[in-house]
Amino acid sequence: MNKPVSPDELITDEDGPLYAPRKKVFPQSVSGRFRSIKWRLMAVCLGVYYLLPFVRWHRGLGAPDQAVLIDFPNRRFYFFFIELWPQEIYYFTGLLVLAALALFLMNALGGRIWCGYLCPQTVWTDLFYAVERLVEGDRRAQMKADAGPMTAKRAGRRALKHAIWLMIAWWTGGAWVLYFADAPTLVRDLATFQAPAIAYVWIAMLTASTYLLAGYMREQVCVYMCPWPRIQAALTDEWALNVTYKYDRGEPRCSVKKAFDIRSLGEKAGDCIDCNQCVAVCPTGIDIRDGAQLGCIQCGLCIDACDAVMTKVSRETGLIGYDNDINVQRRVAGKQEIFKPVRARTVVYASLITVVCAVMLYALMSRTLLDVNVLHDRNPIAVRLSDGAIRNGYTLRFLNKRGFDRVIAIDVDGPADAKLHVIGADSVTPDRPMIVLGRDTTTELRVLVTAPFDEKAEKSVPVTFRVTDIGLGEIASATDHFVLP
Amino acid sequence: MSEHNEIDRVSGRSTTGHEWDGIKELNTPLPRWWVLTFYATIIWAIGYWVVYPAWPLVSGYTTGLFQYSTRASVATDLADLEKLRGEKMAVLGNASLADIEKDPALLALARARGRTVFADNCAPCHGSGGAGTKGYPNLNDDDWLWGGSLDQIMQTIQFGARSGHAKTHEGQMLAFGRDGVLKKDEIVTVANYVRSLSGLSTAPKFDPAAGKKLFTENCTSCHGDNGKGNPELGAPNLTDQIWLYGSDEETLVETITNGRAGVMPAWVGRLDPVTVKALAVYVHSLGGGK
Repeated sequence: MNKPVSPDELITDEDGPLYAPRKKVFPQSVSGRFRSIKWRLMAVCLGVYYLLPFVRWHRGLGAPDQAVLIDFPNRRFYFFFIELWPQEIYYFTGLLVLAALALFLMNALGGRIWCGYLCPQTVWTDLFYAVERLVEGDRRAQMKADAGPMTAKRAGRRALKHAIWLMIAWWTGGAWVLYFADAPTLVRDLATFQAPAIAYVWIAMLTASTYLLAGYMREQVCVYMCPWPRIQAALTDEWALNVTYKYDRGEPRCSVKKAFDIRSLGEKAGDCIDCNQCVAVCPTGIDIRDGAQLGCIQCGLCIDACDAVMTKVSRETGLIGYDNDINVQRRVAGKQEIFKPVRARTVVYASLITVVCAVMLYALMSRTLLDVNVLHDRNPIAVRLSDGAIRNGYTLRFLNKRGFDRVIAIDVDGPADAKLHVIGADSVTPDRPMIVLGRDTTTELRVLVTAPFDEKAEKSVPVTFRVTDIGLGEIASATDHFVLP
Repeated sequence: MSEHNEIDRVSGRSTTGHEWDGIKELNTPLPRWWVLTFYATIIWAIGYWVVYPAWPLVSGYTTGLFQYSTRASVATDLADLEKLRGEKMAVLGNASLADIEKDPALLALARARGRTVFADNCAPCHGSGGAGTKGYPNLNDDDWLWGGSLDQIMQTIQFGARSGHAKTHEGQMLAFGRDGVLKKDEIVTVANYVRSLSGLSTAPKFDPAAGKKLFTENCTSCHGDNGKGNPELGAPNLTDQIWLYGSDEETLVETITNGRAGVMPAWVGRLDPVTVKALAVYVHSLGGGK
């Protein structure tokens, strides 16, 4: 198929090196609909993150009173009314699946809502930008200072900016460790240098990462480090709403005056006046008019900027707006715009979310607070007793997930005439061994099951251990096998 | 590096002058950060030689600035561990055997300690799960030569059987054949009689009356009138289904002819008292004793 080419005809790549130095971004402040949405979401996200550890939740004696607590030493996870044990870690899997599906659904409906409004990188970078503008001035002042020499005044402002950044970063790292211990106690311990070293190490690490990622890396995290822009490209479709420059309306770009002249002749002129405001306000420093691109986090700030300009030049707003490819084509063809939030993709995502939610809710509601696991002795697997009977040994592990001690009785269903002996059980009730399970703990016991030897019996018979809470009537069971030697 | 000054037409960079099949290699030096990192690792290595033991010598090694030794740090860690255990083991030492079995926490602690000690000291003879083998008793069943209560088990662990210790269990299965007490055919008769005690089949020409007479004359002093054994003497119960050396006629003839005298060593000097206690609890919990 390919025709051979002589070496002289080969086209060499004249683009230069693959690496381009970073162009510093000085996003300009902007106000408008999307900016205020962003401010509000930032307040909510940061508020939840910084304050959640201090929310109290009464759980009774001996249990922590913190609403959200990851208790590593005791291997418990508390989330409001939910207390999870390590073996229930699959709930987190469900949560992750749910998070992924929610991300997909968001993406199918409104593009990179996550990137533009909710991603921690966006939220903290936005906060850091706000600090920067407060201290060093807006875009113009910053660019001027950046181009000019370093003066004492400028150095002072920079120092102040970094001090505030570090404070925010430090507070961010500090809030993180509060999720792993009783928050008020830890705050006091941290202040008096009584807290464990690991707390300081984590605060230092998260202070550094927040400071570096939000202060220095900024949009580079989105463009170079984050996998999501690559993944979302595969998840989006022509129906998804994306921040779009409506080139059908904006092109050809021309000045206000020239557009006025063209229009007075009765011809069509583009609405874009090439004022570059959309570029100036962009936190990732891209030109939205180049079309959909990796660097666009779809935060909508260019929409606010463009709308302000359009209002000023008395043109209709919405030259840049949430739009999709289909509508661009329809407008060009002179058809009505349509939006279709309900379509196969979104319905599938929404139903999957519903299913996962339902499964998790069911699992959470039906989860037992009394549980038993059984492990058969491997060596020896069965023992012959002096009267010819066969005995199998098992290790039973009882889980009492309630916040109080309780008495349980152990019964066994297995081979005919099976007798149960629990080592360490109260000898007062030899026929139905009973033990006390400590609150919120596991208890391990060795039990022996003895059954008369029956030559005709099968080599292996199922045996079920049933555990009954004497007070509450809760029942749990575990099944293993009774084997002959 | 290269003194070659040829410039590549496309990239505008100098080449190394190396050429393979018309393809020339561009002179692309290592990035400076990489080279500096490399030098830094060399300096680091020199520092390492000085600070840590590094060079093997003929009869030793360079010990480094701080005499660092992994062996010494292991010893420290072990000492710390022993200290940590000390408190728990003290609780175990103060509790009585019966109390330990009643307290789930103490029982778990004793079993955990007992399991490791058992694996180190007892498993070679009794097997890792205590299932025993020919001549070495199964500790999971309910047949105990010297008694299977907690106290009796502890006694046996402490002083052993025929171990030479002053307080050891003594008891001898006599060599009836070797010492000329019984003749070959008499031994076969007794062996068959013993098999009949636990309901095993006997040889076709076996005479129960003769067997009973020989058994009464020679065996009842230790094994009892009905062959139920005697834990005081370590004499096994001959009426049950558990046979330490085997229940077939050939094995029984061998046992009666030459006797048996298995040895269990005394552990009293080798293991500390708390460990022995934990071991007794562990062994008792294997099969619940008797």
